[in-house]
Amino acid sequence: MNAPWAMLAELTHGCPLRCPYCSNPTELVVRSRELAIEEWERVMAEAAALGVVHVHLSGGEPLMRRDLPRIVAAAEREGIYGQLVTSGVGLTAKRLDELVAAGLRSVQLSVQDATAAASDRIAGRRSFAAKERAAALVRDRELPLGLNVVLHRHNLDSIDRIVELGIAWGVERIELANTQFYGWGLLNRKALLPTREQLATAAEKVAAWRSRTSLELIWVVPDYFEGVPKPCMGGWGAISLTVAPDGRVLPCPAAYDLPLEAPNVRDHALAWIWKDSPAFNAYRGTAWMAEPCASCPRRDLDFGGCRCQASALTGDAGRTDPACALSPDHRLITELASAGGDGEFVYRPVTRNA
Amino acid sequence: MTWRPALSRAAALRHCDVRHADLLIVPERIVVLNEEAAAIVRLCDGARTVEEIVAEFPDGAGEDVTEFLERVRDEGWIR
Repeated sequence: MNAPWAMLAELTHGCPLRCPYCSNPTELVVRSRELAIEEWERVMAEAAALGVVHVHLSGGEPLMRRDLPRIVAAAEREGIYGQLVTSGVGLTAKRLDELVAAGLRSVQLSVQDATAAASDRIAGRRSFAAKERAAALVRDRELPLGLNVVLHRHNLDSIDRIVELGIAWGVERIELANTQFYGWGLLNRKALLPTREQLATAAEKVAAWRSRTSLELIWVVPDYFEGVPKPCMGGWGAISLTVAPDGRVLPCPAAYDLPLEAPNVRDHALAWIWKDSPAFNAYRGTAWMAEPCASCPRRDLDFGGCRCQASALTGDAGRTDPACALSPDHRLITELASAGGDGEFVYRPVTRNA
Repeated sequence: MTWRPALSRAAALRHCDVRHADLLIVPERIVVLNEEAAAIVRLCDGARTVEEIVAEFPDGAGEDVTEFLERVRDEGWIR
């Protein structure tokens, strides 16, 4: 069994944005259930001992935790490279300086579209100006800065302007992540689903940009349209783990809704959770697979696709991901994809302290 | 101005006890260094020149060391 390389630390589910594509579960962890600072410090020490070298400090909006600098310091102390994954809302010069002093290494900033009006409409509140300021602050401090943009029906046509925005803001990388349909995002599938033509055009534009910019462009494929499933987390319990705000540990950030008992750092050592817990062993390797995966030459490449998607669409997390053209359930995906998108956004309610 | 290679702000050099390996860690990427590569990167302290780094290695390794440094600079991991 491999040691995990990376940990996604979801520090809080609180978030000032209301994005319709949000992949966090429909039922969020309330603030009163969040891990305390001492618990995060212990998690960082246990993660480092297990082999974790990257931590993505995420949420929700991690800046909503006032003790974020202490969490950053705990990671740095344990030799874990800490990256802040933020909406940019609340990232003032003072807060950023505290985080840099604590050992923050890099920042990934979300943006919803290339203009203030379009971005704010998707985010469900005014936030673009704060993002622009945050980007400038990060560049001033010479921290590596990446942009992430979730792509869907309402912003795929802006791809050129999104790349131009990244260049103007001085980012080193743009993650262009075609939306996936989990958690809250599943409620908005119809409103978010792009057309095949939109995707093809956007993919061509990204390819063209690659030949004329040194910017790293990461294109996360839209699995509803390709007939090829995405390699679930690089293998279940193979590369990374997610710690939820309340200490539950998941093999994948979308796994909240799987019928698995998620082990909790409040009850168990992280080493036991990674190596021995039933949840992390449920779909590890290839022995759990049924046909057509079990004898498929691609089983070690895509691991049967996404367990969460198999569960959401077929009711059985152990089946082949319906995104795979070889899946007996593939029509579930093709019907959805060809039905096309439409309709209004259902925004997340703003999360307040509970 | 003479180039004195140093790790860039984005990069961290770590020894991983779990994997018994030297790692160069950058955003979204972890590079497992072989012994020679790790030895070169460790000398990138912002004080030594390329010539001085090369001098730490056996005769004849100079070209490999220089090439490696340039490649890693192109990646943005040293400056």
